[in-house]
Amino acid sequence: MTMLPLNRRRFLMAGAALGASPLLMRVSPAAAASLTAGFIYVGPRDDFGYNQSHAEGAAAIKDMAGLTITEEENVAESDAVVKTMESMIQLDGASLLFPTSFGYYKPFVVDTAKQYPDVEFRHCGGLWTPKDPKNAGSYFGYIGTAQYICGIVAGHMTKSKRLGFVAAKPIPQVLMNINAYTLGARSVDPSIKTQVIFTGDWAMPVKEAEAVNALVDQGADVLTCHVDSPKVFVQTATGRGAFVSGYHTSQAPLAPQKYLTGAEWHWATVYKMFAEKALAGQPLPNFVRGGLAEDFVKISPYGPAVTEAARKQADAVKAEVMKGGYAVIKGPLKDNKGNTVVAAGKAYPETAIELETMDYLVEGVIGSTS
Amino acid sequence: MTTDLGIWAVPLAVLGGALRVSTPFLFVSLGECVTEKSGRINLGLEGTLVFGAMAGYGGSLLTGSPWLGVLIAGLAGVLFGLMHGAVCSLPRVNDIAVGIAMMLLGTGVAFFFGKPLIQPAAPMLPAISFGGWSDVPQLRAALEVSPLFLIGILVAVLLAFMFKRTRLGLIIRMVGDSADAARAMGYPILPVRIGATAFGGFMAGVAGAYLSLYYPGSWNEHISSGQGLIAVALVIFARWNPIACFGAALLFGGAGALGPALQSVGVTSGYYLFYAAPYILTLVILFFTSSRNRALDGAPRELSITK
Repeated sequence: MTMLPLNRRRFLMAGAALGASPLLMRVSPAAAASLTAGFIYVGPRDDFGYNQSHAEGAAAIKDMAGLTITEEENVAESDAVVKTMESMIQLDGASLLFPTSFGYYKPFVVDTAKQYPDVEFRHCGGLWTPKDPKNAGSYFGYIGTAQYICGIVAGHMTKSKRLGFVAAKPIPQVLMNINAYTLGARSVDPSIKTQVIFTGDWAMPVKEAEAVNALVDQGADVLTCHVDSPKVFVQTATGRGAFVSGYHTSQAPLAPQKYLTGAEWHWATVYKMFAEKALAGQPLPNFVRGGLAEDFVKISPYGPAVTEAARKQADAVKAEVMKGGYAVIKGPLKDNKGNTVVAAGKAYPETAIELETMDYLVEGVIGSTS
Repeated sequence: MTTDLGIWAVPLAVLGGALRVSTPFLFVSLGECVTEKSGRINLGLEGTLVFGAMAGYGGSLLTGSPWLGVLIAGLAGVLFGLMHGAVCSLPRVNDIAVGIAMMLLGTGVAFFFGKPLIQPAAPMLPAISFGGWSDVPQLRAALEVSPLFLIGILVAVLLAFMFKRTRLGLIIRMVGDSADAARAMGYPILPVRIGATAFGGFMAGVAGAYLSLYYPGSWNEHISSGQGLIAVALVIFARWNPIACFGAALLFGGAGALGPALQSVGVTSGYYLFYAAPYILTLVILFFTSSRNRALDGAPRELSITK
């Protein structure tokens, strides 16, 4: 019994010391012009997919002088991300955070940003508006145009004139990719159709494999996907003898012969920019976007099977895109129910705000948004 | 290269899906059937399944033999089963609570050791082709069957025979139905239950190896999506009958393929509803087969949920 008060006092002292330590730690970054940046991933960072693309971006800046990075993976889009952010700020002394998953933003990133006004938050997903805290912000890439070019390659390579697309959920970004891919293929041959299967969630390996089997059974011979981790997709599709076009990052090592090309993120550009500005003490932009021309996204090197004609046309379109202002979605354009969705003469370049509310599938897509 | 199947693609996909997807359900539910017949519920099989997927993949990668991977996964499952069986043998320990803890433990440990296994490609289990007689490539693809599936059928038949005709089956059933009777007959209760739980763990480990080494055939942290839990429920659905477990597993595998198959033939709206098909089907079957008089038919009386 005599030990108890002592223990309690010790406990309180330890608690106070722990609580004070971040105050001490946060002094040092400013003094030494050094910076700790925290990266938060929703899934495993070596998943051949979305999270790996961010982890590759983080790895690209990790050797910058004065920069320390800290990472945490498998952080759910819930209260868990608030705890991760707080521990990165308080225990690791992070002053720049990159929560990379779409669902982190509201309310988690916004609320934490209000609570820590001297920490900068940059969220991947393009949701920041001027009403949100000034120390928050968002960045995203226009990957639809890259999918358009992959669609051109697919259009050249398909023999059955039928493409397959395994998609997670019918949200605007996914629909944009399906539409751009289809339009790219149909610019080669207007008789090509794209069959879409929605699996209902971002990571459903068994369902993705079943979807691939169903698509190949229906005669699709070039497949692509928009799911978090395309590993199972690529292995199942190439196992059935189909060509694949990758997504998020290069899956070429999984299927060197059957991998045609792919739409990849290139987050290193974004992270380098933010880190350089933060190290130099400059204000960070709140809203950052870019596409192929800005090197935010890239296209995988062509696989050995890609024909000369396909390379030529894809490279020509890519050169056009690099000049800026290229519009994949332009009128006259009909959706797959026969309604006109873009009037003749109208064109939406990738920066157009109208594309972010896309709720249709274009003519040539077999599938439905609900 | 392919034949246009039209609407026939749907039953074909359901058949193919039943053959491809059902095996993990079958193995987990057969193992759990034995565990529950002895009077224990092991909800931790989901964790064992995920750990088995990791251990099987790692074993196949390290030894170069997928079959050794399967064996390693099974043995890892035995360890988990023994742990569950032993902890539950302590006085006043609830098997359901321990099972939930084991589920979290299994997945957590699997993720921890599985990190370096996500990238490399391990040798896969071979398939046996039963479609050589057909000219339709889709049918040939659907009839590619894993040897594990055939082994699963064999185990189901053997278990049914064991429960009905052998002394061992009688002992397991007696321990599960009335501990007092077993004690009076002089049979050891705890070793039988621990052994039955270890068998359940072995089967769940092998089921995990099927996921990572055959279909979908890769190790990642989302590999299971709850199949271990569903399989535990299937045992109750199948009324603790191994042959019925086989039917239930086929039903769930086939119904799971319905959603993608319908979308592929152009039935594109309402896919969330089709994805719920296995569960709706279960409710319907339970509704039509329910009976006030036979509600506990086949249920081991020592189970904590029926006691």
